[in-house]
Amino acid sequence: MTAMLNVKDLRAYYGQVQALHGLNFALNEGSLTTLLGANGAGKTTTLRAICNMVRSTGAIEFEGAPLSGRSTENIVRLGIAHVPQGRGTFTTMTVEENLQLGAISRKDKAGVVADIERMYNHFPVLKQRYAQQAGTLSGGEQQMLAVARALMLRPRLMLLDEPSFGLAPLIVRDLFKILGKINREEKVTILVVEQNAQLALELADQAYVIETGRIVMSGKANEIANNEDVRKSYLGY
Amino acid sequence: MELFTNQILAGIATGAIYACMALAVVMIYQAIDHLNFAQGEMAMFSTFVSWQLMQWGAPYWGAFVITLVFSFFGGIAIERLLFKPLAKAPILTNVAGFIALFAIINSVAGLIWDFTIKQYPTPFGSSPFLGSQLISTHQAGMIGVTVLLLVGLYFFFQFTRIGLAMRAAASVPESARLVGINTSWMIALGWGMAAAIGSIAGMLIAPVVFLEPNMMGGVLIYGFAAAVLGGLTSPLGAVIGGFLVGIFENLAGTYIPGVGNELKLPIALALIITVLVVKPAGLFGRPIVKRV
Amino acid sequence: MSAAIEDVVTESPGVIEAVPKRAMTLGTGTSLVMLGLLLLTPLFVKNFIIFQMTMLLIYGVAVLALNILTGGSGQFSLGQSAFYAVGAYTSAILMEHAGMNYALTLPIAGIICFAFGFLFGQPALRLSGVYLALATFALATAMPQLLKLGYFEQWTGGVQGLVVTKPDPPEAVQSMLSWLHLKMSQDMWLYYFTLVITIAIYIFSVNLLRSRSGRAFMAIRDNEIAASAMGVDVALYKTLAFGVSAGITGVAGGLGAITVQFVAPDSYTITLAISLFLGMVVGGVGWLPGSIVGSAFIIFVPNIAEGISKGLSGAVFGVLLFLVIFLVPHGARQVAIVGQQLIGRFRKN
Repeated sequence: MTAMLNVKDLRAYYGQVQALHGLNFALNEGSLTTLLGANGAGKTTTLRAICNMVRSTGAIEFEGAPLSGRSTENIVRLGIAHVPQGRGTFTTMTVEENLQLGAISRKDKAGVVADIERMYNHFPVLKQRYAQQAGTLSGGEQQMLAVARALMLRPRLMLLDEPSFGLAPLIVRDLFKILGKINREEKVTILVVEQNAQLALELADQAYVIETGRIVMSGKANEIANNEDVRKSYLGY
Repeated sequence: MELFTNQILAGIATGAIYACMALAVVMIYQAIDHLNFAQGEMAMFSTFVSWQLMQWGAPYWGAFVITLVFSFFGGIAIERLLFKPLAKAPILTNVAGFIALFAIINSVAGLIWDFTIKQYPTPFGSSPFLGSQLISTHQAGMIGVTVLLLVGLYFFFQFTRIGLAMRAAASVPESARLVGINTSWMIALGWGMAAAIGSIAGMLIAPVVFLEPNMMGGVLIYGFAAAVLGGLTSPLGAVIGGFLVGIFENLAGTYIPGVGNELKLPIALALIITVLVVKPAGLFGRPIVKRV
Repeated sequence: MSAAIEDVVTESPGVIEAVPKRAMTLGTGTSLVMLGLLLLTPLFVKNFIIFQMTMLLIYGVAVLALNILTGGSGQFSLGQSAFYAVGAYTSAILMEHAGMNYALTLPIAGIICFAFGFLFGQPALRLSGVYLALATFALATAMPQLLKLGYFEQWTGGVQGLVVTKPDPPEAVQSMLSWLHLKMSQDMWLYYFTLVITIAIYIFSVNLLRSRSGRAFMAIRDNEIAASAMGVDVALYKTLAFGVSAGITGVAGGLGAITVQFVAPDSYTITLAISLFLGMVVGGVGWLPGSIVGSAFIIFVPNIAEGISKGLSGAVFGVLLFLVIFLVPHGARQVAIVGQQLIGRFRKN
């Protein structure tokens, strides 16, 4: 099986500071992969580099096509949805407008209308609040909205940046259940960056552990979860 | 009492000018999150272009449409050429850029068309409107056009994809890029639309204030004031703000002793600031919750 | 950028980039070279150039004052011309109507403007971003009209303005120089007088920004909500920044009146406020030594533009301004930083 996303020797920089030191990893089509690591390890930077939101070198290939030189919006239009850290809600717009924006690069009007209904089925709370200003939603609701907005793109690959951040444990479980369902039923490949390693490893089938801009461990999620040494030294539980 | 009603009517008539300009101000503010100090000069330049076309024999509406198109692409060109390179520069540097643009356009217009005052035609005629000496048919036409523009903009922003995309690009650029919107072109489009609306304002104002390179100086300030008063995020607010400023100004000139023409502006501004101190988002602006 | 959480955001935060505190000043060596140049140049040039150098210092002080407000506390003002005017008129009226010594009028101009700025800062507290710009702009447009009011005419001279007597060098200085068979011109004396005040204000400002208050200003600039959460009295420091800025501008205004020997309402229009703003941008927002560079830009570039093309001087000025902000969007500060890095690299090799 060929990889859907192939990352080779990825280096990223913030001004003079180098944040990634040559990452290599691949995502298989239909997989649910998690990228784990402590604060400042470079998880967010990795996702931002894939979408060309930070200066980087190296080769990133998506379905065989190189992403380098493409602008963020063009990369997104290839079918890569990115749920950023902090959710990136359009706070002054309504919930429904946020969903419409997720599909703004799509041309099929009827499909978009149907997908909005589908999202309301996934996340009933959004339906209740469809006309409300998105900035007035709670953190958990905004996270749901962010995921729904990303799905409106009908993505082939979805990148999630710490979806559990700031959410109550019960809500995190719900959200992860939905992510699993989306991965299985809609065949969306998912890469989720997490600090909550325990939960992420339960959900994922593949895992990478990153430390100070380098990948230090990779393998099947359940193997990493069961390896006590790895857990103690990198994941801290 | 009759004096009072008449002053209000006269205020609405001048207010129409400000409302029109305020609409252009709100348009650019939506796109770039800043007030463009050169906007009045851009409108003035467009108006001169339409005047020149008419001098060459074009009919009014022909010149009007050509000018609109010219302004739209002119606005886009200015953004691509001058302000896109400054996108990463500090905001205050951009403001300096607006001032530079102001100086350039004003000076170039003065060189091409010189500083003598020129008559500018109106398509609506200038007879009294419905028998009132205070509002002419031109001023009534101006109010009509402003309202039409307002309705058009409302539909554009609420019900079209590109309108939605422009709003998104203005409010959270990074998220807009992440849903596939080309934010850079949205900004250029905003410049184009603002320039076109500004040119309409200029062509409607010119018959009243006469055509010359400095015609927009005062008008733009009132336009800013009106837009800020109404709330910079609301086109409707900007238009209402325009009429209110016109009315304020006239009433202050009539009823406050010692207020000549010179003090009208400061008093109008002072009143607006008083309103802002009480309602910092403007009368119709949407207050935004601030988080750390 | 407002005090309460439910207040309104008008601009994205970070209007002004955070500047490290050290970057706000110059190194000792550079300072000494600058000082030497400022001290010696007048000895070798004509009176008119000395006059221009005096104006350079005066506008430099006014730009510095705006820099403290904007670069220091993150507030924006298009109304500096109003404070400048009040300072100028205070000095002029005290000298001409009360017969006061010119040097003594300056602190009074400073104090009056400080109070004026502090009071103006109160309503300004509720405003930020474009709203504050509009409010200060209103102040700037109102000021010339207020000065023209018939009610104050016996003091201000109305539209005509007031002529101010140019001060002579003090006897002591003259007699000392006569020993060396030298004589000091009025212009030169005024230059050195201005230089001393400029240096004093510069040192005061640098120390202010390094002090507790300066840190409070910058905390407000960078994140107002966080600053107030750390216990900074946001309202007090914001109004204080307005007061200090206005006070310094007032002193500059007073010096300006003495140097130009004339005050009139139309010398202090919005154009002056815009010039000072441009001076700050060209010098580099938040970098105090840049103020003098900015001042040079607003004094000399219009003349250069006029020299290049009389009919198109406005356009030439605009193009030059665009060139500067294209090449160095962060102003003279950027040039200084690059220069410093080059020197550093040179030393290493």
